[in-house]
Amino acid sequence: MDKNIYDMGKIDIAWCPGCGNFSILKTLKETLTGLGLVPSDVVLVSGIGQAAKIPHYLKCNFLNGLHGRALPVATGIKAANPQITVIAQSGDGDMYGEGGNHFMHTIRRNPDITNIVHNNMVYGLTKEQASPTSQPGFITPVQTHGVFEEPFNPVAVAIALNASFVARAFAGDRDQTSEIMGKAIRHRGYALVDILQPCVSFNKLNTHRWFKDNSYYLDDSHDQSDRMEAFRRATKPGDFPLGVLYVNSDRTPFEESLPAYLNNRDPLYTRQLNKEKLADLIMSRT
Amino acid sequence: MSAKSGPGRKDISIVLGGEAGQGIQTIEFILARVLKRSGYHIFSTKEYMSRIRGGSNSILIRVSSQQVSAPVDRIDILVPLDHKALIRLESRINPETVIVGDITALSPERDMIDVPLQRIAEEVGDGIYANTVAAGLLSGILEADTAVMIDYTKEFFSRKSIDIVNHNITAIRKGYEAGRALCKSGKISISVNKDPSAAHELLVNGGEAVAFGAIAGGCNFISSYPMSPSTAVLTNLSAQDEQFGIVVEQVEDEISAVNMAIGAWYAGARAMATTSGGGFALMEEGISLAGMIESPLVVHLAQRPGPATGLPTRTEQGDLELALYAGHGEFPRIIYAPGNTEEAYFLTQRAFNEADRCQVPVFILTDQYFMDTYYNVPALDIDGTGIMKHLVQTDPDYRRYILTENGISPRGIPGFGEGLVTADSDEHDEEGHITEDESVRTAMVDKRLRKTETILADSVLPVLTGPDQYQNLIVGWGSTRPVITEATEKLERGDTACLHFPQVYPLPPAASEFLSRAEKLIVVENNATGQFARLLRIGTDARIDNTVLKYSGMPFTVEELVAKVSEII
Repeated sequence: MDKNIYDMGKIDIAWCPGCGNFSILKTLKETLTGLGLVPSDVVLVSGIGQAAKIPHYLKCNFLNGLHGRALPVATGIKAANPQITVIAQSGDGDMYGEGGNHFMHTIRRNPDITNIVHNNMVYGLTKEQASPTSQPGFITPVQTHGVFEEPFNPVAVAIALNASFVARAFAGDRDQTSEIMGKAIRHRGYALVDILQPCVSFNKLNTHRWFKDNSYYLDDSHDQSDRMEAFRRATKPGDFPLGVLYVNSDRTPFEESLPAYLNNRDPLYTRQLNKEKLADLIMSRT
Repeated sequence: MSAKSGPGRKDISIVLGGEAGQGIQTIEFILARVLKRSGYHIFSTKEYMSRIRGGSNSILIRVSSQQVSAPVDRIDILVPLDHKALIRLESRINPETVIVGDITALSPERDMIDVPLQRIAEEVGDGIYANTVAAGLLSGILEADTAVMIDYTKEFFSRKSIDIVNHNITAIRKGYEAGRALCKSGKISISVNKDPSAAHELLVNGGEAVAFGAIAGGCNFISSYPMSPSTAVLTNLSAQDEQFGIVVEQVEDEISAVNMAIGAWYAGARAMATTSGGGFALMEEGISLAGMIESPLVVHLAQRPGPATGLPTRTEQGDLELALYAGHGEFPRIIYAPGNTEEAYFLTQRAFNEADRCQVPVFILTDQYFMDTYYNVPALDIDGTGIMKHLVQTDPDYRRYILTENGISPRGIPGFGEGLVTADSDEHDEEGHITEDESVRTAMVDKRLRKTETILADSVLPVLTGPDQYQNLIVGWGSTRPVITEATEKLERGDTACLHFPQVYPLPPAASEFLSRAEKLIVVENNATGQFARLLRIGTDARIDNTVLKYSGMPFTVEELVAKVSEII
């Protein structure tokens, strides 16, 4: 396959120089190419924020919708046409703040989509405010005395909700991130990839160095099917585990459980109405 | 004492009253179908409190020799199942009203005919059969076909044990015998003619009409959050999910509902959401998204009185302006307001086709009264409806938002063709990518707004009933159509007609012509401020001096409307 199949050529990119988004974009393109997926088979769904602009920077189908609402849109797409590879990708504010309710319920629903979250622990596009994942003590023009709320822990929440695939990556490590992304996309069911990412413009606390010092890769001894162990590691303070934390292969994807697909696997757009059945239904109301 | 159907009285009105949990709805289900299948025209509606048990609810059933489709105040036969019903319905009881029921349970202050429903039920085996006895009693009074009655009782209780089915059959028979005995003794005298054609007609309520229309329009996706009075559409489609291949998802909130439906349309489904005012308010940002990315969208909005939680189980036409102005920014939309069962079926079907053709959100406005009301209709026009798909197979150079004369860019979906399908909530260029270019922005706004003309090129016209030459024109929209029509007939004036709008937005150009021909316009609305009258003033040259408004939570009745319109004309 053409290695540049996802490249847009020379385009104007709205990210700051040195932003972690660039390496995530490159990793995503390489991962999709490596999986043998062509752009017309892939839909990227995003919300609002700097991370959410990513669909504009690679060749693909996309729906760049509202702030926080990528997951219901992605679920709707997958349920309408299960043959499409659907990736919902946005930042921490979008997915965990504005879209927090959808985050929980999408995990429950378990559509076969990949949820990639650029987690830089700060709001960038709105120019430096705390995000749900900001660390205590983080000072911003709004949180003038420092953040005092407990940070949102997306991987722990996902494990608590028995998500079918939970992983965490670091944007600075492209090879490992690509491997994790590939596993997530191939996984049958909802897959979360929370990507720790420095924000060079607005987050001087959680820098590249800070992430390196406060994270570690899970080794082969980690049992991905052990939910309690995954939760213990996800919740251990000050130490972010990287890699695939938890996999539950027993869960059936949302769209495979829908009665609409019990006797017919075709995408909805190909189907025809059976008018005789409709006539029978209406005539049953005499 | 007698409920005579003398000259001019072609129908009688039966009211059942009781608290939630007493089973008056079971009586309604059985009675409406048994009487219709026996050859009567039937109209049935209910009003109920927002609670699972207790309170005081009532059901009105009109039994007629010709089609009736509007509520009346008058009560000819009242069957109260508790004392509260007598108190609550006091103002509607007239000297001619026949009250039938358990005298010991009711301790009434007025004359009534004693039928010991409870004791009969206990003789059958259990007091819980009292409501079935009552259904039998009324079937007997109206001399329903007993074979039909027994068959339907079996059908209705078919999921219960054989013992329960048999007890109900005995109960309904005993009730029937008691009803016949009342007639034979002369205590009650009823003579409404049967019309054999009614027996084979459909008995469909508003919730079913909208759901069947959705299926006829190719709906194969519904994402919604339960909210009275809109939920019946969700349950009706859910009941058909496997049969018709409909994806049904009860979502976490209405924000998810609208966004999921938009995602589904993007990938080629024909999706809808059903909700009421509060849920619709939550959907507004999503509706604006549909406007911007030019996504088709169908939302059924079953209105109830607001603001906020308002009166959850009551009726109002208070959300026209909510639908009209929903969503930030400027973008076209279509609003339909069905006036009867056939129209609800037809317009819901059409909503999917128009949403797809014009790539705009389409709203179907009904209300609690409409959802909970049914009457027999000859048929729903299956052959006259159909699914018009407007999808294109994309080529490699496909541009989703190509500028066109009528504002409509051919719509592709991912996975159908070689092109890429893009959509952005930001302002975008023809390829769907973010832009802040002023000329592109202006061109895109113009393109989107041009679709209003495209919508108007094929509008649903207002429906005139009554004389072509009129001085007075009574104007309505949505569920008030039958009550306005019957009230106008009752006025018996050759100079008064009524005009009903199934499409309230954009206002069809024909509206001005109809309105300008009248000397006096009276707009009838189930709201407090005359929202449709205001829309007519904006959209036409019409001078509207008179409105008849009701916002108590209850629908208009024929008598009430006759009195109010008479004061004006």
